[in-house]
Amino acid sequence: MNKCAERLYNGIIKENPTFVLMLGMCPTLATTTSAINGLGMGLTTTAVLIFSNLIISALRNIIPDRVRIPAYIVIVASLVTIVQLLLQAYIPTLNDALGIFIPLIVVNCIILGRAEAYAAKNGPVESAFDGIGMGLGFALALTCIGLVREILGSGSVFGIGIIPDDFHISIFGLAPGAFFVLAGLTALQNKFKMPSATNVEGNGSVLACGGDCMNCSGSACMANHATLETRRLQAEEDALKAKQAMLAKKQAELSAKLDKKDE
Amino acid sequence: MNKLLNVSSSPHTRSDVTTRNLMFDVVIAMIPTSLYGIWQFGVSALLILIVTVLSCVLSEYVYEKALHKPITIGDMSAVVTGMILGLNMPPTIPLWIPALGGVFAIIVVKQLYGGLGQNFMNPALAARCFLLISFANKMSSFTLDGVTGATPLALMKSGTVMGPNEISAMFVGRIPGTIGEVSTIALLIGAAYLLYKKVISIRIPGAYIVTFAIFVFIFGGMDLNKVLAHLCGGGLIFGAFFMATDYVTSPITPNGQIVFGVLLGVLTGLFRLFGGSAEGVSYAIIISNLFVPLIERFTLPAAFGKEGKKA
Repeated sequence: MNKCAERLYNGIIKENPTFVLMLGMCPTLATTTSAINGLGMGLTTTAVLIFSNLIISALRNIIPDRVRIPAYIVIVASLVTIVQLLLQAYIPTLNDALGIFIPLIVVNCIILGRAEAYAAKNGPVESAFDGIGMGLGFALALTCIGLVREILGSGSVFGIGIIPDDFHISIFGLAPGAFFVLAGLTALQNKFKMPSATNVEGNGSVLACGGDCMNCSGSACMANHATLETRRLQAEEDALKAKQAMLAKKQAELSAKLDKKDE
Repeated sequence: MNKLLNVSSSPHTRSDVTTRNLMFDVVIAMIPTSLYGIWQFGVSALLILIVTVLSCVLSEYVYEKALHKPITIGDMSAVVTGMILGLNMPPTIPLWIPALGGVFAIIVVKQLYGGLGQNFMNPALAARCFLLISFANKMSSFTLDGVTGATPLALMKSGTVMGPNEISAMFVGRIPGTIGEVSTIALLIGAAYLLYKKVISIRIPGAYIVTFAIFVFIFGGMDLNKVLAHLCGGGLIFGAFFMATDYVTSPITPNGQIVFGVLLGVLTGLFRLFGGSAEGVSYAIIISNLFVPLIERFTLPAAFGKEGKKA
């Protein structure tokens, strides 16, 4: 698969930040009271994520390793400020609905996580596609949660009422409903075995992460990958040594026999 | 020498108490208050009870069938959950709301956590709070004899002072409220039956009611009438004897049960006197349910032979 397309697939389905990685829970729970709010939050985060991945990846050889986190925060914060000013200017209603959660995108763990795990180690183009994939995955998840909560809690779809007032279960519009819907959708995702990093089929690996190290970029997986590699080399070496020992033994026996014959 | 010595490992004697017997006793104990509720509020109350029991039993059956688990509707626990939920409903509620509550109680609160014995809070009460948050208006509109009225607790919240006449009406049950909580006398008959059959011990309800009475006496202006009205005018008696004593969600250690009762009393007092809404028994019980593992951990009695030593 093409590397960029693979990044999109990885972000939207295989490592969906909400349903698989369980990242960015705070905006997920707080802003999904309706589908349009979820979509707005998701797209806003996507915009920030694409540009932060792009810039961080482009600067990855310039930023000194010891101050990389403050550097990332400065980049992300500048982008969030730009996005917030744009929202205030052009979509004030969305800005009012999302409120404090727009500035809080600065500390969203998806953005810092992708910067640390992917953009800091890969080229700008792949990183930008990683940002698009992860961002769309986040937007998709938030829209799904928002849609379910909106239908159950206030009986409408994207603001168009379909269920009469009497049948609204208003708890779904409140905080507990967010947990119920998030848990329910995650359970469905697991039930139908959507291809994801946590759903390795059959004789996968014993590693908690699924052991799919070839396509993984997290630091823990890198460490696991290194360990596995060392173990494999060690095993090969041992096998070689055993073979040599056996060969030597056989040779000794043979020579002993020959010696006997000679006598 | 014809008496052979039988060697077997413990247990050597078995009691014939089963889950089914216990649950059946609880159902019997709830009959007086159910009958009173049906007599006072009419057929609608009966329908609500039938709907909640059916919805609980059916959801348990369907869930277990769908997941290929052993069917446990025979142990009556779903019936008890359904009855408690039904008795917690106002008598005029549209029937689909109690049905939804039954599904929530059994599937979300009980089965998703592993079934009977694994649920961390009382399923009926969790469902009641779910409905109370979702349908605040419908769940708190109470009628008596066709006239919508405020419950005694709501009246007291808005400053009405209760006299001996009102308190005797509360004791008998001539007040608006949920189906099962109105008649204190009918509830006490059921509670006496449970205590007599040793299904429940007096520790939790006793500690709960005493603590609550003291709390209201101290913080409610030293007024004995007010204390009595608070005891009889809401869900306190029903909650103390039938819901707080649920085996799964209350501590098993004797000292822990006292601690649990005191916690319930203080929380209920806080919610009723200082909280925003008039009633607080349901919330007090489900919050205390969450403290049960902690309470049990600190009140574990020392094993025989280990007295005085720290484990």
